[in-house]
Amino acid sequence: MSNAKTAHQLDARRLLCPLPVIRTQDAIAQLQDGELLTVTSTDPGAKMDIPSWCRINGHEVIEIKEQDYEIIITIQINTQN
Amino acid sequence: MNQQHDKQRKAVALISGGLDSMLAVKVIQEQGIHVEGINFFTGFCVEGHTHAVRKKHKDKQKRNNALWVAEQLGIKLHIVDVVDEYKDILLNPVHGYGKNVNPCLDCKTFMVKKAVEWLKEHDFDFIITGEVVGQRPMSQRRETMPIVEKESGGDDLLVRPLSAQQLPPTLPEREGWLDREKLYDFSGRTRKPQMALAAQFGFKDYAQPAGGCCMLTDENYAVKLQDMWANRPSREYELDDIIMLKMGRHFRLAPHLKVIIGREEGENHFMQGYKSQFVSIFPTSHPGALCLVDGVFKTDKERQQALALVARYSQGKNSPQVTLSIRQKDGTEQEYTITPMAADAIKKEWLI
Repeated sequence: MSNAKTAHQLDARRLLCPLPVIRTQDAIAQLQDGELLTVTSTDPGAKMDIPSWCRINGHEVIEIKEQDYEIIITIQINTQN
Repeated sequence: MNQQHDKQRKAVALISGGLDSMLAVKVIQEQGIHVEGINFFTGFCVEGHTHAVRKKHKDKQKRNNALWVAEQLGIKLHIVDVVDEYKDILLNPVHGYGKNVNPCLDCKTFMVKKAVEWLKEHDFDFIITGEVVGQRPMSQRRETMPIVEKESGGDDLLVRPLSAQQLPPTLPEREGWLDREKLYDFSGRTRKPQMALAAQFGFKDYAQPAGGCCMLTDENYAVKLQDMWANRPSREYELDDIIMLKMGRHFRLAPHLKVIIGREEGENHFMQGYKSQFVSIFPTSHPGALCLVDGVFKTDKERQQALALVARYSQGKNSPQVTLSIRQKDGTEQEYTITPMAADAIKKEWLI
């Protein structure tokens, strides 16, 4: 049995607060426990808001990267909460 | 009280991100009720947008206050995109507008109605809001609160914990899920009782929204929105339209022509993303602002005016000539060289 986690991508570029969070929320609602979602946003607020949304909903932020004007956040889904 | 019943009662709270809804949730949590938050994105809760985009606001907190409040309270927050549904509320408010283009009473009714739908779908028991009797001139008056209850379908499932003792007992109070004596009797525009309660709960950091985070209560924004409506065949709008009203300087050169000139690097960068939706103008001989053209040039004079205006907002404003490029939506470009507009040639009535 493979331990590989399915990785999904969400392009939230050019969206402003709170749309990157809403799109993340809606994408995660379709995913399974343990899967990964990588969100790319150009809204600097996403760096605070997406991790905040993840904390209150029990999902884990694995990595936050910034390159040029983009913020790239990888989330591991936890549906056990 | 709740403890007298086996069932864990659950409330959904309308969370704006301000102090009142934060306090309302805490008051209800103190009675052993499970609370989750709901926040509606109408497209006009855009205060954060400018802070996010504009570099000069880089020191401002770029947090979403509703999320921040939820995290402080330890509750889940459900953010719901109602941009499309909200258009009818803004365009056709049954109870009219407030001072600007704010349909506050219809808006509150709409949000409570959406919360009622959510409550039924998720098997929650009642709704709470941070409303205070007499706090706001339109939606939070003693006379209008029953209208919200009735027209939203919230009826006696709608609890306003901060003013509950000023209002008839709701179902959760009558059923003993809530102890009415532990709810509050705040009224009027003073914020002192809320601040005292915040101190009692140990809340030191909270948002201080004046009129909420809704841009429809902002006079400058309302003027731009009304200008857009007045100069289009229809008042229908898209999300991009209402976000763009927050970006740049807006000059109405003709009923069919508006130019939007970025005010600084952050806005210019954001507006770059709209170059496939708008014809754009930018200086090539000097550093300067990006301009998006909302409408069409019907005459050469209009094109010259727009070019001279954009040149005026470039670093070549004192040069005899500035070269600019007009870029079509398909990416084709044409260069023009022009004398920047003199400061006193910019007509006051152009600036929206």
